[in-house]
Amino acid sequence: MARNKEKMVMVLDVGPSMHAVLPEVEKLCTMLIEKKLIHHRADEVGFVLFGTEETDNELTNEVGGYEHVTVLRNMKVVDGDLVDGVQQLPRGTVRGDYLDAIVVGVDMLIKDYKGSFKGRKRICLITNAQCPVKDPDEGTKEDQVSMIAKQMDEKGISFETIVVRGLLSVGADKRTLEENDHLLNLFSIKASAKIVHVQNPCSLMGALRTRHISPVTIFRGELEISLKMKIKVWVYKKTAEEKFPTLKKYSDKAPPTDKFATHDVKVDYEYQSVEDPDKVVPPEQRIKGYRYGPQVVPISSAEWDAVKFKPEKGVKLLGFADASNVRRHYYVKDVNIFIAESGDTRATLAVSALARAMKEMNKVAIVRCVWRQGQQNVVVGVLTPNISENDNTADSFYFNTLPFIEDVREFQFPSFSNFPASWQPNDKQQDAADELVKMLDLAPSSKDDVLLPEFTPNPILERFYRFLELKSREADAAVPPLDGTLRRITEPDPELVAKNKYVLDKFRSSFEVKVNPKLKKSTQRVMEDNRAGGSDEEDGLLDAPPEALAVRSSDDTHVDEIGDSNPVQDFEAMISRRDSPDWIGKAIQKMKNKISGLLLSRPYQEINNSTALDCLEALRKGCIMEQEPKQYNDFLRECIDENKLGDHNIFTRFYRDLASKGLTLISKTEAPDSEVPEDEARRFLLKEPKEE
Amino acid sequence: MDLDPEDVFKDHEDDEDSEFFLLRDSTKEFVVYLIDASPKMFTATCPGADGENETHFHIAVTSVAQALKTHIINHTYNEVAICFFNTKEKRNSQDLSGVFVFDVAEREHLDRPTARLIKEFGCVEELFAKEIGSQYGIVSGSWENSLYNALWVAQALLRKGSTKTAEKRILLLTNEDDPFRNISGIAKADMIRTTLQRAKDAQDLGISIELIPFSRPDEEFKVSIFYADLIGLEGDDLIEYMPSAGQKLEDMKNQLRKRMFAKRIVKRIKFVITNGLSIDLHTYALIRPTAPGAITWLDSVTNRPLKAERSFICADTGALMQGPLKRYQPYKNEDVKFSEEELREIKRVSTGHLRLLGFKPLSCLKDYHNLKPSTFVFPSDKEVIGSTCAFVALHRAMIRNQRFALAFYGLSTNPRLVALVAQEEIISDGGQFEPPGMHMIFLPYSDDIRDIEQSQLTTKRPAHRATEDQIQKAAALMKRIYLKDFSVCQFSNPALQRHYAVLQALALDEDEMPEIHDETLPDEEGMSRPVVAKAIQEFRTSVYGEDYDEADDKPRESEASKKRKAAAEIVAQEYKNYDWEELADSGKLKDLTVVELKYYLAAQKLPLAGKKEVLISRILTHLGK
Repeated sequence: MARNKEKMVMVLDVGPSMHAVLPEVEKLCTMLIEKKLIHHRADEVGFVLFGTEETDNELTNEVGGYEHVTVLRNMKVVDGDLVDGVQQLPRGTVRGDYLDAIVVGVDMLIKDYKGSFKGRKRICLITNAQCPVKDPDEGTKEDQVSMIAKQMDEKGISFETIVVRGLLSVGADKRTLEENDHLLNLFSIKASAKIVHVQNPCSLMGALRTRHISPVTIFRGELEISLKMKIKVWVYKKTAEEKFPTLKKYSDKAPPTDKFATHDVKVDYEYQSVEDPDKVVPPEQRIKGYRYGPQVVPISSAEWDAVKFKPEKGVKLLGFADASNVRRHYYVKDVNIFIAESGDTRATLAVSALARAMKEMNKVAIVRCVWRQGQQNVVVGVLTPNISENDNTADSFYFNTLPFIEDVREFQFPSFSNFPASWQPNDKQQDAADELVKMLDLAPSSKDDVLLPEFTPNPILERFYRFLELKSREADAAVPPLDGTLRRITEPDPELVAKNKYVLDKFRSSFEVKVNPKLKKSTQRVMEDNRAGGSDEEDGLLDAPPEALAVRSSDDTHVDEIGDSNPVQDFEAMISRRDSPDWIGKAIQKMKNKISGLLLSRPYQEINNSTALDCLEALRKGCIMEQEPKQYNDFLRECIDENKLGDHNIFTRFYRDLASKGLTLISKTEAPDSEVPEDEARRFLLKEPKEE
Repeated sequence: MDLDPEDVFKDHEDDEDSEFFLLRDSTKEFVVYLIDASPKMFTATCPGADGENETHFHIAVTSVAQALKTHIINHTYNEVAICFFNTKEKRNSQDLSGVFVFDVAEREHLDRPTARLIKEFGCVEELFAKEIGSQYGIVSGSWENSLYNALWVAQALLRKGSTKTAEKRILLLTNEDDPFRNISGIAKADMIRTTLQRAKDAQDLGISIELIPFSRPDEEFKVSIFYADLIGLEGDDLIEYMPSAGQKLEDMKNQLRKRMFAKRIVKRIKFVITNGLSIDLHTYALIRPTAPGAITWLDSVTNRPLKAERSFICADTGALMQGPLKRYQPYKNEDVKFSEEELREIKRVSTGHLRLLGFKPLSCLKDYHNLKPSTFVFPSDKEVIGSTCAFVALHRAMIRNQRFALAFYGLSTNPRLVALVAQEEIISDGGQFEPPGMHMIFLPYSDDIRDIEQSQLTTKRPAHRATEDQIQKAAALMKRIYLKDFSVCQFSNPALQRHYAVLQALALDEDEMPEIHDETLPDEEGMSRPVVAKAIQEFRTSVYGEDYDEADDKPRESEASKKRKAAAEIVAQEYKNYDWEELADSGKLKDLTVVELKYYLAAQKLPLAGKKEVLISRILTHLGK
């Protein structure tokens, strides 16, 4: 386990120019300690601050110098007190010298382990590198950096620097910045060092890996180009989800007096016969069954083992394909990385040559992988080139798993060009959209990529660890709100929104969006509940299985029947179909049939009544829109005539309902083709049935 | 016959020209295989798969059997019926002569296919010879019309269910292009008329009739004589029908076993473009790894299904725990407890909504920004009118500007940043190859990305880079091993196909385990073609040098594996020094030490754990004593 242990020194700039981002630095350090307290409890951490008013470090005492560098905490195993310590970092008052601080950090680390530590040794510097470093007593600044770097390299210390830049370094002296960048970059040439620049507080919080996971190969072996040519490679995971911690179940059954209670919960499985729940079968008497049609076929593990697919371990090239043939959305899993076997020059060259040729020709490699002997499936995936931008790292490949035929579901969706005209954006709308896509820009330059996944921490995990810390102090603490800085991940940046107010307003006013008023009551309520819910409401309904939402999945464009559940919608969809001019006529005819059916087939009751009236209303609107007033007018007269034959009371009610909804004849003013003058239309429903 | 009144009175005239637009996805399919069993089917032959002549009847029956075998896996809820006509015996609910509905026990005539059906159908040819018998059902002097009867029986079988929920089909397999050739005069005209009317009636009820004709090498099946009218073929369709019919039969036989899923909306989400403007999107799962069927645990004695009952027991008191349990995390020497509600609350961020944050060029989406399968989103105007229009506008703008949208997706279990990548519709071979819409790609957080490149950084000098010549050689190689028109879905999963094949073999008690062709293996023949081999050799020489021999550079064995090997050798040596059979028979095993006993166990790859008695009994069991 010793190899997995880590000794780490955080070297933090707390000078005046850093004050603005110190809250984020505090959060980052807190998170680091909180995670270590759970996952790496044996790790040791020390804190060195620079830019402080006081000076307090061993080197000053021993040799003098190293002013304004304070050791906040010497190397020590992580504990709860440390969390308190870093949550409120002292604010410094002077411009500190980071080289001094690094030396203090290195010294502290080396003194601590005295040459017999096999784990990882790490120094992490967070600064804005705005203050010039002092000229050394002898030699140049470069010489000094080289010396420190050499020392680090000899002792196997890895060094990371997080340089805070962007908006946070406005007004800094440009020459100093350049000099400092140059000096810090020197480290990465001489030692195992990494330097990252962060542009905003949010990415500062994501810039440091707060939980260390030692890379483990998932495959070591040969990438077979053919039987004649093989390249030795190691495969690692490049991405793997850091899951929300799985918490153990807690039992509160033990009496509070019991000091030795484990509070553990045992999970017990019992296998009962489906037909007879009282009959319990011991686990070893079970056998696996697989569905074959309506039956279940029992197959013992031994039987399976004998016949199961057992491919040979190995990674084989199938061929090269055009990069455009492998679309991005076909990647189905987390990503691996193929690196030439460490120390093998030939393999490194071969990987480099292939990767660069692939990049040049815009090709990708298709490979078939069996990572382990005994693996029961094969993986087909795509290798894409990863050309190194850093002289010290070799070229490599990224590997993404591709789906098999069985994994791809060929659902058909309507073409956008088949949509009715009302669904097609007009030129003005398209302009608004184009502008929005161009202006609401998160990556104005390659250096300034906001919310780059590499620098975006998981806000949920941050919230969990913070809550854990809160709860450890106060058992009934409430769940804290999302961290303010990390809200940039879940909500649009107010600054960006303000800057693009015009574009956003234009987009908003170009598109008319409203909740469909014709939705069935129940569905509509569900929708409204959801809509009113806002961001903090329970979303049970949306998470419910889709059946529960009672939303039909058929595509509006291809409605060709007026059904019972949503006649109005069906009619609207049908009448707006533009794939054939006949649809209008058909839709009107079908709607008429539907309404007659509703009115005549069953007694005219309240339930049908409202549906029929809704339908009639829709039909009226449709006829006006499509310039078919006669169709509607004739039909309405017919309805009235037919209804006269029925029960008189019902007829009067129907008449009244029509009037209340204003469903009178379509007049000339509404549709030029109508032969009904406006006043006649108005009178039509006013005149009470003559028979009365 | 009690027909579904809705079907009978439905206005079908309007629907005919709208067939094309019927993209509605029926969840189920009801199929009746109507197989001609006339003597002509038994006498006419054509060359079969292995070059020998096979009767049309045999081909028809085996094709249907193949189709059933794929059906049972692909569409396990589809229902089928198998029906022969021109038979001596009759068996059908209307008691019509010349029609025989094939079926097995525990099954309705039209029902989901079962293993038993498939198995017994395999012996149907014997059954014909013995029981059912074949004879022409349409002969002069008789008013019997077996084709008419067959259609009627098929239609009756398909009475079940509504055409709204299920697609109904009749597949007619025959080699007789002129079923009424033996009749003449008014009788013939009358029979043709009534049969066509029968077919039309069925079609009017929403049943589609498809014909799978068999031709003899010397005599082509002429669709135009009679069947063109029956299935409603005209003009160009008629000319193209025969070639396409052959393909149909092939399709029926060679379909890939692939579980089919009905198109369904996974979730309805609200896409917040900006404050005050949200549109409605539906998400669909277009790509999801298929796992071999779900496991149902059975009682190995009775083969009846079991259900697992889970219970939580307090380790301290043994009491049964009820309701949602508290969780805890050890932290700073104490247990911090959380309720389920608190844990849910932590994960709750703008729940269920997709919130637009901005746009980035597509080049910002790196190949390693991936965690799980993408989800497809498509707009819907059903609940929010105007959604589609706004979506189409954004979609077009994103494609034009080659940008993707970055958004936060508040999934209640795992809220994440996602990239929305617009995909244009791609049509190839008349089918939709890529639907238009956006793919939602789940992005990793910094916590999920590992900096492997950095951790590999051990050497201080610059890493090796290929020279221009080496890159050129690699490029030349790439041109040689080029997969033209590569499509992501060109491989079937050999493990899954194997699973299905084994399942079928076991379910049907087949003797032989079928061999599954592994399509994912490289084309070794192609790789060894001289031009390819030359390109590989040149690349190899370029990067590895002339004199490089992989044999010198065998993978260095690790210390551990060397030790393991050495130990295995000792065991193998020692194992030979004993006569195990003899020791077992004479009961002298107990005189050996545990170390000695383990020689046997290790050599036989048996477990080494347990006390001495356990080891001895394990050896005895293994020796079969």
